[in-house]
Amino acid sequence: MMQHLPVLQVLLPLLGAPLAALLRGRDMAWGLALLLTGAAFLISAILFGLQYSAGEALIYDLGGWPAPLGIVYVIDAASALVLPVVSGLAFVATIAARRLVEAEIDARDHALFYAAWLLTIAGMLGQITTGDAFNIFVFLEISSLSAYALVAMGAGRDRRALPAAFNYLILGTVGATFYVIGLGLLYMLTGTLNLTDLAERLAEVESTRASFTALAFIALGLFLKMALFPLHFWLVPAYAHAPSAVSALMAATATKVSVYVLIRLMFGVFGVEFNGLADAIGLLILTLGIAGAFAGTLAAIIETDLKKLFAQSSIAQLGYMAIGIGAMSMTGLAAAFIHLFNHALMKGALFLAIGAIAAQVGRASMQTIEGAGRQIPITMTAILVGGLALIGVPLTAGFISKVYLVRALLEQNFWLLAALTFISSALALAYVWKIIEAAWLKERPKGAPVLVETPVHYVPAWLMVLATIGFGIFAGPLVDAAYAAAAVFIGGAR
Amino acid sequence: MQDDPVIRVVSKVMIPTVMLFALYVQFHGDYGPGGGFQAGVIFASAFVLNAMIFGLNRGRHVWPANLNLLAICAGVLLYGLTGIASLFLGANYLDYDVLGATAKSGQHIGILLVEFGVGLTVASVMVALFFTFAGRLTHIRLMSKMQAHEEASPPASKTKTKAKKAGGRS
Repeated sequence: MMQHLPVLQVLLPLLGAPLAALLRGRDMAWGLALLLTGAAFLISAILFGLQYSAGEALIYDLGGWPAPLGIVYVIDAASALVLPVVSGLAFVATIAARRLVEAEIDARDHALFYAAWLLTIAGMLGQITTGDAFNIFVFLEISSLSAYALVAMGAGRDRRALPAAFNYLILGTVGATFYVIGLGLLYMLTGTLNLTDLAERLAEVESTRASFTALAFIALGLFLKMALFPLHFWLVPAYAHAPSAVSALMAATATKVSVYVLIRLMFGVFGVEFNGLADAIGLLILTLGIAGAFAGTLAAIIETDLKKLFAQSSIAQLGYMAIGIGAMSMTGLAAAFIHLFNHALMKGALFLAIGAIAAQVGRASMQTIEGAGRQIPITMTAILVGGLALIGVPLTAGFISKVYLVRALLEQNFWLLAALTFISSALALAYVWKIIEAAWLKERPKGAPVLVETPVHYVPAWLMVLATIGFGIFAGPLVDAAYAAAAVFIGGAR
Repeated sequence: MQDDPVIRVVSKVMIPTVMLFALYVQFHGDYGPGGGFQAGVIFASAFVLNAMIFGLNRGRHVWPANLNLLAICAGVLLYGLTGIASLFLGANYLDYDVLGATAKSGQHIGILLVEFGVGLTVASVMVALFFTFAGRLTHIRLMSKMQAHEEASPPASKTKTKAKKAGGRS
């Protein structure tokens, strides 16, 4: 059965979705989702081990048809690193989802909620695993369509979820369409959809205008999907008005998968040597990345709703990942992978902790958390440490991300960019300070609802916070894995 | 439209023919043009025609919503489990070769089952989409009637909005 693991980790949540939709009775669908995401996490952890010990890519031929004729699933150093991040956070989010969903979603819709939940997870895992460019599109649509439905399910509590989901649907569909237009051009040029095969054949038609147009379409489509500044306007309302469990799942995983797909196509298919990639697209990504880092951080500083605040900070963090990609170097890509990993942990923890507050008082804002530091110290400390990790304080994983990011920029002599990265990270202190000020320095106003600690939320949140600190102190294995992942796309020594 | 005898009689003849044609497209799909997607849409169009001629309620009566949900899920599961079956028979996921006595018959059985799953899900999703959107129309009409009623009698409107608020999910 071991050789079937690459397909099983996508298949289990995918087939769990129709089963979950049919299940009736309290918590049955949740139990199934927990079981299957747990299994997917276990499988992806095993796959990481198998890939690491094999030292080469594990390839699985679907239907017994070998590449380039059939669709293959590829577990290489990059997908083996991103898979456990997504499935692990999906698992943790599922643990915490039960209470959040009970509090926020009508009981009749629970079965359908978990069906969509499993589908979106299966879609994300599929995008990471597959080695076929069109298959990526299919999984992209599976995960996005179910994500639109999940966001819209926030409507029971907050009607603004409906326009948020609709905007997300329109922009997400535009992004997916751009991706598939680019893919159509590539298919016209090369007659293949297999990623490895595409990379080989693309070299022959490198100088054509069509291949560059394809790159532009694909990059633009994925910029939209990963919410790169200035294409990020769908993200903040979608995260803010979605049910809290969905915010946690999506903030931790959804955009990261698009970042991964962008890396996979830009470097794995077009390649860093590709005509115009480094000059045009690379420079564009660097510029948008640093602009996004400032725009997101500044918007987060003036925001008072905690979900919106951290959604804006996600824009900034995605900007840092984009800077890593735009550096077009081994260290840059490794920094992007490290930050992808760390940011998933931090945002997962933050949104779960915020969800715990939102489930009690309806909306987590600067006002509702006034004095909360004394009432619910465990949950608020999780938010504090998560916030510090976002700034990049030493001993947290965020510090490691920033160190490698700055190192990548200095390698290329981008002094100004490195300084700007440092400044924008320091600016993040402002919004974390705002939370400290509200939660600890202010008294809880009289008549404010009493907040209580909810272990179902703070235990998973703290698990991720501890992981953030753990990877901040013992960063060696993560850095090695990230360099191995970067080496899949860019050759050369460290 | 159900008052027009010509439409009623013609559609009564058409509906079984459409369904039969859908089955032909479905099961002949592995030899000629066709397959699950096309067949599913054609099959669903018979239900849509039925509901358009004889009314939404009778249409829903023919194919109840919870049965439809079951069919949507069953189709996907049939597809997935066919793949799982080949896993248990010692081949890769969706490798149909091992499903029959020879590789050729195995491929035949496999594609037939998988396409049937596709057809089932596509047909029932089409029906679900139609009834959802068509159901909205009666809902919207009801709402606008209520609104007109409220505007005609202002005192009643207050209690109604209150009732709506209380009835809404919190």
